[in-house]
Amino acid sequence: MEEKRTIRFEVLRFRPEQDEEPVWQTYDVPCRPDWVVLDAINYIKDEIDPTLSHRWSCRMGVCGSCGMMVNGTPKLTCSAFVRDYPDPIRVAPLSNFPIVRDLVVDLESFIEKLERVKPWIIRRAEKDPALGEYLQSPEDLSNFKQYSMCINCMLCYAACPVLLHEPEFLGPAALALAFRYNQDSRDEGERQRLGVLNSPEGIWSCSYANECSEVCPKGVDPAAAIQKQKLLGFLQWARVVAPRGGA
Amino acid sequence: MEVIRHDVVLVGGGGAGLRAAIAVAEADPELTVACLSKVYPMRSHTVSAEGGAAAVAREDDSPELHAYDTVRGSDYLADQDAVELFVEEAPIELTRLEHWGCPWSREEDGRIAVRAFGGMSVERTWFAADKTGFHMLHSLFQTSLKYENIVRLDETFVTRLLVEDGRVRGVVALDLRTGSARAVLGRAVVLATGGAGRIFPFTTNAAIKTGDGMALAYRAGVPLKDMEFVQYHPTGLPGTGILITEASRGEGGVLLNANGERYLERYVPNKMELGPRDMLARAAILEFQAERGFKGTYGPYVHLDLTHLGEAKIDERLPFVRELAIHYVGIDPVKEPIPVRPVVHYMMGGIDTDGNGATELPGLYAAGECASVSINGANRLGSNSLSECLVFGARAGRAAAAFAREVDDRNEPAVPEQARDEEGRIEALRGKSGGERIVDLRREMTSAMERGCGVFREEDEARHTLQTVAQLKGRYTDLGLEDRSRVFNTEIVSALELGHMLDVAEAVALAALERKESRGSHTRTDFPARDDENFLKHTLVRFAPQGPKLDDKPVTITRWQPEERKY
Repeated sequence: MEEKRTIRFEVLRFRPEQDEEPVWQTYDVPCRPDWVVLDAINYIKDEIDPTLSHRWSCRMGVCGSCGMMVNGTPKLTCSAFVRDYPDPIRVAPLSNFPIVRDLVVDLESFIEKLERVKPWIIRRAEKDPALGEYLQSPEDLSNFKQYSMCINCMLCYAACPVLLHEPEFLGPAALALAFRYNQDSRDEGERQRLGVLNSPEGIWSCSYANECSEVCPKGVDPAAAIQKQKLLGFLQWARVVAPRGGA
Repeated sequence: MEVIRHDVVLVGGGGAGLRAAIAVAEADPELTVACLSKVYPMRSHTVSAEGGAAAVAREDDSPELHAYDTVRGSDYLADQDAVELFVEEAPIELTRLEHWGCPWSREEDGRIAVRAFGGMSVERTWFAADKTGFHMLHSLFQTSLKYENIVRLDETFVTRLLVEDGRVRGVVALDLRTGSARAVLGRAVVLATGGAGRIFPFTTNAAIKTGDGMALAYRAGVPLKDMEFVQYHPTGLPGTGILITEASRGEGGVLLNANGERYLERYVPNKMELGPRDMLARAAILEFQAERGFKGTYGPYVHLDLTHLGEAKIDERLPFVRELAIHYVGIDPVKEPIPVRPVVHYMMGGIDTDGNGATELPGLYAAGECASVSINGANRLGSNSLSECLVFGARAGRAAAAFAREVDDRNEPAVPEQARDEEGRIEALRGKSGGERIVDLRREMTSAMERGCGVFREEDEARHTLQTVAQLKGRYTDLGLEDRSRVFNTEIVSALELGHMLDVAEAVALAALERKESRGSHTRTDFPARDDENFLKHTLVRFAPQGPKLDDKPVTITRWQPEERKY
């Protein structure tokens, strides 16, 4: 078995009942070479300091719980290997969110934003499931599949330069999911999403910095979704508004 | 103490819980349903399911055939009336999920695609590439957002059921954000908290799978059923236990030992890689015992070879497998075989329910992995569990809504006192002094479970495990905790979860000790044969203050008489 190596971790702590502001705390962790950052955080929690709080669950990169800033970059800590980082490794809560405690951030604003874009299939009339599925070709599926891969891990929100200054911005994940439903051949709700997507918090606030797509661990490319939605939104506006004496 | 009242209280926001929530919401828009989850619902472990969900979809298939495969797979311990309900309703439920946006993989003509799976005699497993659970969970979660009468209480950890006058009255839960206990009262409660794989050291299960709902029901006097039946998945990554889906074999992958042999020839010659999980897990362990496994840092393993499938098929059908293998073991399955070994995956047992999810306790329902209806008996077939979450989540939701409409809130004078008692129990844990550490008790529990309740079991080891768990429960009362704070105190959650796991582990060990036969996933080296005369019955374990009590109940057989199970 390969040797353990002791790695220094600097972890940002914030306990609202005792701390005025966040402080760095240092832990030396004996790491196996195949460990991910989350393994080290769990080691600290179990063996060194049970007062450290963090979220985690699946440890296979799909539940989206364990996003943190690792040396300043948003990462799923279950997928960030300690061997890929120089010593010391700095771990902090995701940027652009209020800290609840330690590495746990407040996600309520995202849930509200998600609800606002109506991320569900909207039909004028529901079909009885006994009558079978909606036909959808592999090509229809490929129009939106990539944008359905979002695990809501919030790395894109932590990376987004717009959210830093405009916390009301709906953000990459919510907008990509809105686009995902708009692109789904089964959906008829595009018009119902138009208002929120074109609102001041919607797609037009995106400055296309592309940071979201660079940090996305699932290849969703929310920046592309937003740009495509801008084009669709413009065409829709032209179709709906222009004939009635708009432009 | 804050008291909230809803009509139905739902514990758990995974596949079964969200399906139940929507069923309540649709059954009666006047009812409100509180959905309590210890995480955000989209973090639930349904998210990790990969391969697919079973339901009859093609001309060459029939509900009878799906039912027969399921009953045979269960080694005749499934309740056949429940299986018949299940196979009839599964296609409707999966179609409903299609209408709710689930991106099922498709045929060229636009119909749902289906794939082969272990123990299924025809192709009937619906799939969304190899992220089926992820897509199902997010489709359900996003759909649930449109119902105004679903009230989510996220990151709220339920610690006790409130029971009075012979029926359930609600729950007490710890709000992680504030650290305060709240009473959430309701006329019906649905438990959908999933499995308990974390009672073992090596598991595919997420950290949150700590048997909470099972322990809550058990402590409220509801029996746990068939807890000895623990499914080992044949193909997990060594070290992490990350699941490599059975779909990789459904798509044509083969298992090879260190001599390069397709060793399943010796065990399931007619089904080979598509044999049922119990038999494939045993086969791997027997290969290890015969020194035909590869030797690795994390113990012996075998190879799962997908190289002959080609890059295009792997990328279309198994992209997540490729991603996981490259990322976590540094192996690209397009070029090299993946190292795999059996890993704890699923609890066939759970809270004893009928086909509507109803338990012995009026008003209390359960669905999904935490329940045992039982369609899975002694061994679940791969891809039946996602469908089970939908079928029985919906049934439990509808039944809970009907119950909530029929009863009133009266006659619960003792409920506030019960709630305050529970608040006191939680508060007493905060910074509690004591000589034992959570991590030590957890480690000793998981290692005892692996020793006495693993793939192969025998009398002395099972008894020793049962005794060890009982001792750990004693030591648990001397637990010491360091975190005195309220906001997001995860140390308290870990302590409460450990308490749940110890109860569940004890039930598993007792049931494993007392079933003196081999059936499905339960293999006793000292009783290698199935014994229908004495053991064609469900095991029940009931809570008692002095220790768990064993009971049993008959298996319902409708159309398929037990026969020898050969593949």
